[in-house]
Parts: sequence; C-alpha cells; structure tokens
Amino acid sequence: MIDMTLTPAHYKSDVKPVWCPGCGDFGVLNALAKALAKLALRPEDVAVVSGIGCSSRIPAYTSAYGFHGVHGRALAVGTGLKVARPDLTVVVTGGDGDGYSIGGNHFLHACRRNVDLTYIVMDNRVYGMTKGQPSPTTEADWTSKLMPQGTGLGEIKPMAIALAAGANFIARGFTGDPNGLADLIVSAVEHPGFSFVEVLSPCVTFRPEQREWKKMVRGHALAPAADSVEAATRIFADDGMNLGVLYAGTRRPFAPPIGRAQRTPTDLERRFAL
Amino acid sequence: MLKQIEGSQAVAEAVARCRPEVVCAYPISPQTHIVESLGRLVASGELRHCEFINVESEFAAMSVAIGASAAGARAYTATASQGLLFMAEAVFNASGLGLPIVMTVANRAIGAPINIWNDHSDSMALRDCGWIQLFAENNQEAVDLHVQAFRLAEELSLPVMVCMDGFILTHAVERVDLPTQDQVDAWLPPYEPRQVLDPADPVSIGAMVGPEAFMEVRYLAHYKQRQALDLIPEWATQFQQVFGRAAGGLVRAYRCEDAETVVVALGSILGTLKDTVDALREEGLRIGVLGLHCFRPWPAEAVRAALAHVGRVVVVEKSLAVGLGGIVSQNVRAAYPHSPDHVHTVIAGLGGRAITRASLAGMLRSAAGGTLGRLTFLDLDEGLVARALAREKAQRRTGPLAEALLRDVGVVAARPA
Repeated sequence: MIDMTLTPAHYKSDVKPVWCPGCGDFGVLNALAKALAKLALRPEDVAVVSGIGCSSRIPAYTSAYGFHGVHGRALAVGTGLKVARPDLTVVVTGGDGDGYSIGGNHFLHACRRNVDLTYIVMDNRVYGMTKGQPSPTTEADWTSKLMPQGTGLGEIKPMAIALAAGANFIARGFTGDPNGLADLIVSAVEHPGFSFVEVLSPCVTFRPEQREWKKMVRGHALAPAADSVEAATRIFADDGMNLGVLYAGTRRPFAPPIGRAQRTPTDLERRFAL
Repeated sequence: MLKQIEGSQAVAEAVARCRPEVVCAYPISPQTHIVESLGRLVASGELRHCEFINVESEFAAMSVAIGASAAGARAYTATASQGLLFMAEAVFNASGLGLPIVMTVANRAIGAPINIWNDHSDSMALRDCGWIQLFAENNQEAVDLHVQAFRLAEELSLPVMVCMDGFILTHAVERVDLPTQDQVDAWLPPYEPRQVLDPADPVSIGAMVGPEAFMEVRYLAHYKQRQALDLIPEWATQFQQVFGRAAGGLVRAYRCEDAETVVVALGSILGTLKDTVDALREEGLRIGVLGLHCFRPWPAEAVRAALAHVGRVVVVEKSLAVGLGGIVSQNVRAAYPHSPDHVHTVIAGLGGRAITRASLAGMLRSAAGGTLGRLTFLDLDEGLVARALAREKAQRRTGPLAEALLRDVGVVAARPA
C-alpha cells in the first residue's frame, strides 16, 4: 500500500459547517486538522466525540470517526469509546455550556479518571445554538434576553477545576492563532492521560465584543509546570487571556485493573496460605 | 386584552399573571422563548416577588422547582424533549412528593436521531409519572390552560404539565386574548400549600417509605388524579363563565352528533383535522372530531360517552410506542365501548413531518370506506424503508442507520456512500 502523506485537508469531510461566518469554531476545525496531520494519524485512527451545541457539530466536519451524542455526555461517551478501543486516539469536543454546565459532573470525573484522551472545549462564554443565553463562563454582568440584568454569578475557572480534579495536561489556545492551537493539540494528544485544552473561540453573533480577544490574548504566556502547586498559583492569578500550557503532570493514565480472570486459583491459594 | 403575539410570549405573560415566586430556566428549543420572556418580565419589574434562576441543566431546573415548592413557593419551569427526559427522575419526584409545580412542555421529538421538531414523544414518555397532562389546541388555549393549571395543581397538590406543540404553537404569532391581572387574581387564589417549611414545626420531606405504605402513597396520587376528572370539567365551565371562552375540559367534540367515524387527537393538529372534516362533510362523509384536552388523568368515561354512538374511531397521534403502535389509541381502545378492532391507529407527524390536509383527507376517506388498517404510518416513505431493510439483508456491517437514510434521501449534509 502506498503511504501517502497526510495533509490537514485529509481530516475534513465535505460537509459544509453550519457555523456563522467568522465563528471561532472554524479555527478549531482547522487547528485540529493541522494537529492530526502533524501527528500523522490516519483519520480512521481518530474518533471525535461531542455533545450538543454549535461547537458539538465538529465531528461531522472531520473525516475521522464521529459521534454526536447527548447534551453534556460527550466525555462519558468518549471514555467508553477509549476503554473499548484503546488503539484509537480519542478527541472529545464541545462548548462551555455542554461541558461546564449540563455536563459539568462528567468533566470532574474525566479529569479524575485520567483516561488517555483529549478534551477540547470551544469556550465562547455563551449558549449559541439556543441563541444567546449565559453559560458558566459568562461574565456576571453580561446582559441577555434570558438574564436582562446579568446572572450576577461569578464565572467558573475551568482550568483551575481541571487542575484540582486531576487532569494531567492543561492548556489554553485561541482560534485566532491556529498554528499555536494546533501545536497545543499535538502536545495534548501526545501527553499521556486526560488532556484538557481550553480554546477561546469567539461567538461573533451573540458576543461580537469577543472579536477584541485577538488584541487581548498573550501568546506563550503560560509556561508548562509539572508541579500542581505552581500551576495552581498561576491559574488563580490568570485573567483568562494567557495562552500556552499551564500544566503537564506525570499521573499514571487510567488503565482497567488487572482482570480477575488473569489470576489463577493457585495465586489465590498462595495469598491465603497459612 | 387582545394581542397579536407569539405563543411563547403569550404563555409567559399568562404565567407571570399567575404570580409564580420561583421560575427556573435552562435553554432548549423550542421552549427557550418562554423563559426568556419571563426573564424580561422579572427584570422589567412587571413580574414582582419572583426569583428567576438560570440553572445549569433541566435536572437542576426541576430540582430547584421541587425545593422551592417544598418550601411553600409557587414554582414554574418549562422544557422540551431531551430536557424533559433528562429531568425525568426529578419529574417523578415532584409528583411523588405531591408538589404543585406547573411546567410547560414545548413538545418536541426525542433523539436519537437528534431532531428539534414537533411531536409528542417527550410528554408521552412521561405520561404515567403522576403529573396531570393538559394539551393545548392553539395559543389561546395554551394561555388559558396555564391559568387553570396553577389552580388545579394547588387544589390537588399535584404537578401539572401543560403541553403545547413546539414551533407550531410556541413560535406562531396569532391573536390571543390575554387575561388581565385582575381576572387572574379573581380566578386563582393565593397559594395555600399543604406543606411548608416552618421552623416552629420542623419536618423532613422525602422520607424512605417501605412496603408498609408505598403502595398507599401511590394509590393516593392516583386517587387525586381521579378527583381531577371531576374538577377539570367543572372548572372549564367556570372558566368559560368568567373569561367568556371555552378552554380545557377533558374532551371537546366537533361535529360528532351524527358522525359514523370520529377522529380522536390532541394538540394543534385538531385545527387541521376540523378543516379536513369540514371538507369531507361537503363530500357527504359523516365524520367528527374528538379533541382530548386532558390526557392524564385519562378521561375514560368522557371518551366512552363521546364515542358511544360511533361505529369507527381513528386516533391520529404524534407519538409511537415502538413495538406496539399507538399510545393514545391504546387508551382510547380501552375506553371504547365497542369492538377494539374498530379503533384505528394513525401515527403521524413524527419528528415534525408535515401533516397535510390532503393526507388526512385521503386517510379518512379510506377509513370511511372501511379499508384503513389497524395501524397506519401517515406518509411513511415505504421506498426508503425498503432500501434500508434490503441493505441490512444484504450485508452485516451497514453502519449507522440514520446516516444511511440521509444519504438515501440525498440531503446536503450527507456524504456519498
């Protein structure tokens, strides 16, 4: 069989995205395709799993295996997929509403379980598909039809949560920097265990002010720490605009416990021998 | 007060006039406009003394409503489809605890395959969970049912689900007579909860109940639903006297007096059916329509009485009991005083497929002619089904079913096989 060189175009399907023109999620699709090409993974070696929302449409736009699941459950589905087929590279994708709100519980436990997969959250700080409601990362004073006076609630810090819950790799990228984002995704996929990549992905329709992010982000501002205390200090002083790898830990990835069937009755007899 | 208004906004205005004290909101199409409108009414001060809570999921929405209701507040939420199923555990909890929460369900199909359009799969999935289920025919009735629902819920200490067709009603702008605040205040007394949080008399709610009393608790929920069978028609009459228009009730008949065939349905399809029946009557067919406006409690006596003189019944329903057939029609068969063989099930409009007058007329002509089968899927694309079945016969690894069908249909989003 001829080994043809894979280019980013090989990882895109011919389905036209339904995203609004200018949506940051196009940048994530491009960066993901670039990253997979750099990793030289064949499309059939990759599974992209998502939940519900604008960003969760992304599996259909890739040529990898895709799974469009139930709202908030992408990480659980991705976990099942990875443990059943550890040979596949599993990339779980979604948005801030899907991942931090209705699926927040799975986020905690996916970090804790540390299965070897990559979770990319396209954070635009809004529910876009239902036309502009606040999410857990929305600023307290952002006004919308649903909350005309803002939620009055402080936004969560997903990277701090990931760190506290046990994620093994934590990074932040920006869709306006697709090459940098592609490099982050490469590192995330290569790093063993649960890798979390927060992506600032502007919603030009419901959060047009996020166009300004390109002036606000600071590239390579985060230096990868192997020490979680150091990473925690940095992330709590962070304004959300620093890009790079925050944390690259050394926790052992999840592996199913050695099955009982592999122990023979003789082993057991030996354990209980008087 | 007459207004040209979107269904969702009209419902929000009606709910606001019922003075809810806690409203829980999580966005899901096609319900979102309802809670957005309530958010606006709270922010503008038009709805006072109301906590509006933007929650993290539908499970949280119902759970917050349970907490609020258990503390003695009038609580409201709205959802649809996947949202209703996601909160299902809490929905059962609300009825088991006897909490009079009112919830709008903007009816939408259940996935997979994911589909945002209208059918009744969501409400029907939870038909036996202990909530009263009312179905609106149009936006005027959706408004009026909410006004009735709070009083019904609080009188019986039972939660009430008001079901309205997603998009067809929620997003339709039409003329609605909105009740005034004075009218609603006169109709709906302040909430007198049976259970409140009282520091002087602390109790716990949600006790573990074993075999010694569990059945009795469930029986009492059933008993109270049976009481609703008396209250609903009584209050529908009263409502008509106060507000000057018919809304709610258990069932409402249209041109059934001399009908040989009666079509039974619920929700917005009733309008199309009435138009179709009018046209068929011009052709000389004696057909009538029986609208179900309450599905739980099941109005068996009212249905039996309405169909007592009818030789043939056609139930048109937007839900499917997979492996059985109709859900509504099973209930109708149980109530029909003649042979169940004369009750035909017509599954229609699943996932938002348009139910046209032409299709209904064709189906009803065959019903009147005695050639309609016991179970029919209106406008089913039999060619598409045959292709899928042939494929499955020919090969084992046929891949995801829905995607294969999309390719057969040739929709833009599907890649060639």
